[in-house]
This record gives sequence, C-alpha cells and structure tokens, in this order.
Amino acid sequence: MSYLRLRNVEKHFGDVKVIKGVDLTIEKGEFVVFVGPSGCGKSTLLRMIAGLTDINVGSIELDGRDITRLPSSKRDLAMVFQSYALYPHMSVFDNMSFALRLANVNKAEIQEKVTRAAEILNLTQYLQRTPKDLSGGQRQRVAIGRAIVRAPKVFLFDEPLSNLDAALRGQTRIEIATLHRDLGATTIYVTHDQVEAMTLADRVVVLRDGLIEQVGSPLELYDRPANRFVAQFIGTPQMNVVDIAQLPALSGVLGAGQATDGFIGVRPEFVQVKAAGDGQMDARVELVESLGADTLIYARVGSKDRGAQIVARQNTRATVRPGDSVALQFAPETFHLFDRNGKSLARAAH
Amino acid sequence: MNRLMPRALMAPAVVTLLLWMLVPLVMTIYFSLIRYNLMQPDQTGFTGLLNYEFFVTDPDFGPSVINTFLLLGSVIAITVVLGVALALLVNEAFPGRGIVRVLLISPFFVMPTANALLWKHMMMNPVYGVLAQVWIFFGKEPVDWLSDFPLLSIIIMVAWQWLPFACLIFITALQSLDRDQMEAAGMDGANALQKFWFLTLPHLGRSIAVVIMIEMIFLLSIFAEIFTTTGGGPGNASTNVAFLIYKQALLNFDVGVASAGALFAVVLANIAAIFLIRLVGKNLD
Amino acid sequence: MKLLLLLVRTLAAWSITLLIVFPLIWLALTAFKTELQAISVPPTLFFAPTMENFTEVNLRSDYPLYAKNSVITSVLSTLLGLAIAAPAAYSMTFFRTRRTRDILLWMLSTKMMPAVGALLPVYVMAQAAGMLDSIAALTLVFTLSNLPIMVWMLYSGFKEIPPDILEAARMDGASIWGEFRHVIRPLAMGPLASTGLLCLVLSWNEAFWSLNLSSAKAGTLAVLIASYASPEGLFWAKLSAASLMAIAPIVVVGWFSQKQLVQGLTFGAVK
Repeated sequence: MSYLRLRNVEKHFGDVKVIKGVDLTIEKGEFVVFVGPSGCGKSTLLRMIAGLTDINVGSIELDGRDITRLPSSKRDLAMVFQSYALYPHMSVFDNMSFALRLANVNKAEIQEKVTRAAEILNLTQYLQRTPKDLSGGQRQRVAIGRAIVRAPKVFLFDEPLSNLDAALRGQTRIEIATLHRDLGATTIYVTHDQVEAMTLADRVVVLRDGLIEQVGSPLELYDRPANRFVAQFIGTPQMNVVDIAQLPALSGVLGAGQATDGFIGVRPEFVQVKAAGDGQMDARVELVESLGADTLIYARVGSKDRGAQIVARQNTRATVRPGDSVALQFAPETFHLFDRNGKSLARAAH
Repeated sequence: MNRLMPRALMAPAVVTLLLWMLVPLVMTIYFSLIRYNLMQPDQTGFTGLLNYEFFVTDPDFGPSVINTFLLLGSVIAITVVLGVALALLVNEAFPGRGIVRVLLISPFFVMPTANALLWKHMMMNPVYGVLAQVWIFFGKEPVDWLSDFPLLSIIIMVAWQWLPFACLIFITALQSLDRDQMEAAGMDGANALQKFWFLTLPHLGRSIAVVIMIEMIFLLSIFAEIFTTTGGGPGNASTNVAFLIYKQALLNFDVGVASAGALFAVVLANIAAIFLIRLVGKNLD
Repeated sequence: MKLLLLLVRTLAAWSITLLIVFPLIWLALTAFKTELQAISVPPTLFFAPTMENFTEVNLRSDYPLYAKNSVITSVLSTLLGLAIAAPAAYSMTFFRTRRTRDILLWMLSTKMMPAVGALLPVYVMAQAAGMLDSIAALTLVFTLSNLPIMVWMLYSGFKEIPPDILEAARMDGASIWGEFRHVIRPLAMGPLASTGLLCLVLSWNEAFWSLNLSSAKAGTLAVLIASYASPEGLFWAKLSAASLMAIAPIVVVGWFSQKQLVQGLTFGAVK
C-alpha cells in the first residue's frame, strides 16, 4: 500500500501548463528526490503536495486519505524552505515549538521534544537566540529541527542546501542522510544538484518541463537511462552523446548494421585513451584536466565539421598533452543507443 | 467573504481621502464662481469668472507669483547644492561622524513658527540679534534683514530648515554608491572631480529629482514663516501665492476671490505632482 | 596625506555642523538666561543658568493649555490615522489586486494638493458647524493631512514581511487568524510604531491649519509661539524658554528616528 500517491496531477498558470500530468507513488520511509533543471516544475510539484499551491487536475492521497482539497495546516506535512523561513521575532526554541503550541500540546511534552531535536542537531546552546544571531548553517538546522519536532507523515525539503557554501553543503548533506537513516521518515527532497540526488535518494524522480522523465534508484538511472535527457543529466562529466551521422565510425564499433540512425552514448569512464594507432579510432587531444584522483582527457575525432569531441576519464595520471595524437578504445557493451527523439533503445544482446 | 474583506479594510481610508479630495475641491470651484464675502454673507450671486479676473489683476498678484518662484527656486538651489556637498563631506568616516549625522537633522524638526521667531529675534534682529553682533564684530553696519531683505530672510529660514532633509536623502543615496565602480574608474585614470561628475552625480540624479519635487510640493505652500515674521511685507515684498490667498480670505474676507486664487495654486501644484507620481510609481515594486 | 585629508574633513564637518545647529544652541542657552542677559550687547557667553523663564512661562501664559492641546491633537490624530491607515495598508499588502498600485498612487496624489487649496472650504464648513477653534476640527484635519503618508509608510513596512514565513506558519498548522496573530501582528509592530511616530511629529509641528483654524481655546504650541511675534511679546528669554519646551521633544524624537521618518516623507522613492 503506497503511502503517498499522486494521480494525474496538473497545474495551470493561466493558459500555461506547468505540471502536465504526473503520476507517482511513494512508499513509507522512502527518501525520494525530485531533480531537474530550472523551471522543470519540481518546486511547484512539492508545493502542491504541501498544499501551498493548489491543484487544477488530479488528486493526492496520503496514508489512505485524499488530501487534494485539504489546507496545508491539516495535511500533517512539514516543509524545510529554501530560505529557511524562520520566524524572526521568535527564539530558536519558540520557532521549533510553534507547531506544537498551535496544536495545544502540553508544555512538558513540548520541552522534551524540542530539547531532543535540538540535541540531535547540535542546537542546544542556541535555543534562546533569535534567527538574526545565527549563521546560515545554524538557521538551516533550526528549519530542519522545526520539521523534526512535529514528527509529520512526510518531510518536504525545498532545495535546502542551495544557500550554503560548498564546504557546509557537503557536511549538511551527510547530516541529512544520517538523519534519514536514524529517523526513517518518508522524505521528498527537491534539488537541481544531481550529486545530492545520487547520494541521498532511495529513488530519484527526474523532471523536465512539467513531466516525469524517469523514476528509479540512482544507479538504475545511471546505468539504464530511459532517454538522452536523463542520460546527460545524471553523471559528471556528462555522458558522451554522439550523432551517428557525425561519427559513423562509432556505430562501426558496434558492428555492421547495428545502428544507422540516432545517437550513441558512452560514459567517459568507458573510453580508453591509448597510443596512436593502438585503438579503434584516431583522435587528437584538445584539453587535459588533472583533478588529482581523476584525469579527464578531451579528444577530438575527425574534423570540426564532421566528427565529435569525446571525453575520457581515467584514474591514472595523463601522459598525453594537448595537441598529441592518440587512439580511443571503446567497449560496445557499454554503449547506449538513442533514437532521433532521444528515447533509449534496447541494445542487441552481446 | 474572500472578496469582501479586502475592500472593507480599505474602505475607510479610500472613502475619507475621496471626501477630503472632492469636497473642498468642489466647494472651492463653487466659491470661485460666486460672490461671497464673509462680512456680507447674504450677498451671494453668480459672478462667473469675475473672481479670477479680480485675483489676477490684483496688483499684488504678479509680485506674489514672482516671489513664489523666487522662494521655491532659491530654497531648492541652496538645499540641493549644499545638501550634496554636505552629504559628500559626511559620507566618509571621521571621528564623531555619528554625532554629526544626528545633530545635522535638528533644524528639520523645529516647528515652522518657532523657526520663524528664532530667526526673527535671535538671529536677525538688527540690534540684539546674533548676526548683528557678528556684523559689528567685523566693523560693519548691522543689516535689518526683515525690513530690507524680507524675501531673502524667508529664504534663509526655509533653506535652513530643509537643508538637513536634502542632506539626509543624499547621504542615504550615497550609501548605495558602488565602491567597486569607483575603484575601476580610478584604475581607468579618473581623478576625484571626474569621479564625482561622471559617477557620483548621475547616481544622485534620482534622489536630487525626488528632493526637488518634494520641496516643490511643500514649498509652494510656505505660510507660517511669512505669517509670523513679515506678514507678507513690507508691502508685498515677501508675499507668496499662498499668503495672498490667505490675505484675501481671512483679512479681506473675500472668499470668492480667494477661492479663485486657491484653484490657481492647485493647478500649479498639480504640475509638480504629476512628475513626482510618475517617479514614485516607477519605483513601486 | 590621508591623515591631513581626515583632519580637514573632520574640521570642516564639525564646523559646518556647529554652524548649522548654532541657532538652536543659542536658543537653548538663551532660555536659561535672564532677560537682561538675553539682549545684552555684546552677547553674554558665560552666565549662571536660571530656571525662572520656564516657571514664568508655565505660570503666567497659557502655555500648559496650548501644550495640552498639542499633545491631544497629535496623539488623537495619530491614533485615528493608524486606525484608518493600518487596515488599508494591510489589505493592500496581503490582498493585493491589479488596482492596488493605482489606488496607492492616487492616495499619494491627494497629499500633493497644497493645503491652501482646501483652506476656504474647510474654514467655511468649520465656521458653519461651530467647530472653529475646536480640538475636534484640528484633529480631523491633521488626520486627513497625514493619512496618505501613513498608508504609504505602513504599506512599505508590511511589505517587508517575507511571505514564506506565512507559508511556514501555514505548514505548522496555523489558520488564517493564526497567521495574523502569531506572525503578522508581531512583525507589524515596528512599522506601526515608526508610522505613528511620524504622524506625531507632523501633527505637533503642523502650523498652517493650526494658525488658521484655532486660537485661544484649541490653539496648539505652534500657535502660541506665533503669538510671541507681536511687539509686546518681546521677552526673549521667555520666548526662548517657551520655544525650547515646544520644540525639544520633537527634535529629540527626530534624532533617534531620522532615517525612518525621512524615508516616510519621500514616499519610499529613495532607498
């Protein structure tokens, strides 16, 4: 029995359909991430689940109850806002206990719940401060604490890490993952960052233009993308996607007559760079990026007009330099095939 | 319920302002077209544009219009030029800057009648006033400001009061000046004067416009200072349009003529107001 | 070189400031002098201060009455103004429509009409209603004069309340009334206070209507001070004492809240 279920949900702003028909089920205790480029509708979808934006078509069910027309205050959901949305005139303690006070929970219980949440989040010494005396990271934790204290049915996170600096982001990401592991709460998390999606999610929902492109576990999306968009959205550096018409030799690697039209995708870690003449096709090195543990080699096959740039990734240091001639070696079983529309094609069995 | 409440909340303000705008306006137009003297309230009758003619042909009319513009122009010029200069001076840090900025605003909060008497007696009195003492100190004959230079005296009083206002506006505007831009200009070879002319002044453009317009609106109706010191005189030397209307109404008791004059003043103010509304409207979210 | 510039700047700023504030300083000093010291030539710089002027002004003139009138009209017009302006500003901030901007600008435009344009009708009406020289008439006119500015200031202040904390309150289980009670009302206190303060200042200093509509009974301090203009009133020390008492509270208020007050007067046109 699914815990949260969206049926054919649509959202219109005037004549424009921002969410174009979304079906989704989420199980209890799952950590689901909505990911996609700006404007894909992931935040809108989250807000519709929260009840902050209303639904034009479709329904939402939570734990067996239809909550489509229910106001936010009655849905038993908690949201962590991108801007944290802390009450500036209340102390940290009051911020965290606000919902409980509204629900007329008795004082002792409030005290216990808030102090426990504060301990988990290392906020105990800040309980009497007001938001303006806190750093960004601390405010964010108060926002999370505010949600935890309520023990809601589902936690909703709206791009919570985007206002933090890189170091804090990594650290907080781990804290959120740990929190989920310890509390086991059903969570929906919106982000545009695919690294957060890959590391935090049980399942990832990739959205584009108001529609779901694919739903699956992070590795499913990585290994078996349903289309070109998902293939290039997930994974850094981006998957190499080459038009067969530009580089027929790539199709040749697969074997004669296997693929004649469309695109071939191959992840950089499956491209080997070898000495000139020692591989399936010749290339010229354009750029080398040495990241320490990884090295990225950007090589061009063919010419500017007819050919392609291929990125290769290796975990040994580069021995080549820009301008060198090299050869590229591919493994056809690692290829992804896409038709003209970008849809993934099943590969012939090897 | 959803649509009724917002309207109900706004209703008191909208209705009162509507009445406050329309009722006096309609009455003023009405009065300007009839014969109405407070001393002879029973003698009324339609007089058409006679009142307007009377007001405009009053020998005091021309001078009062000129005085109004002189007053306006001088005060605006003084407050803007000195205001910008002062704001620039106070914009950088120096010891006691906080106190200076607090003290500077003081004249603006003095009530106009106190302002007037302060200057009339304490400063400008030709025998005992401070300015007279200073003049004597330098071996010069003291100036009888209010008798010999009535309009100038009014200008000094009003400018003294409004200078802090302009200064504070410019200080606020200067604070949003982009430091990086100044540094870039310095690296491009600009000296201080060039930086001021090409960067600072354009940045201040908007706030200067606002100050000019706000002052135009308030200064058109300068009244209390004239009332308390010169009474518009000697003769009509310090009478402005507002005071002229007052004279007609409450000294000559001629409501009809005064109303005609009032409409004239309203038209004048409207012109300034249209520009300010446009400026403020652009600044609205 | 920088030190020299700093020195010049400090000297210039301080001397200009003291020059500008000098009349007020002189007024304050004179209030504590005797009448003879006040008109002495050359001016007395060192003297033993005395409180006699203050006590005399309070006892002999109608100062207490006029002061009371100033206080009553300022306070009442502020309260009345807030009562009318606050709901309007609230509605315009949280229930905004396409017409909101136009209505706001229209309200602004009513402030721009010169007071002298309304003088005669108001005078005639007040006279007809027997309300000349009455607290009620003054209070009403003050309120109407300040209403547009108050709506504007409150609107700007209310707009600062971030809408996402209202959403957070909704998520936390607050009803619409709950949102108002727990979030909007506490955060509206600031704007209400500064707007009230501005109205207080504007009403206290108001001279045009006070001079024309009131005299012996409902006259405010502005009127009393003006009466010292007549030749018999040439007691400078007392004039200074009376003026000082009348202007001091407002000048001090101005010192502490100048930013908000002046912002309010520019209708938010300068950020």
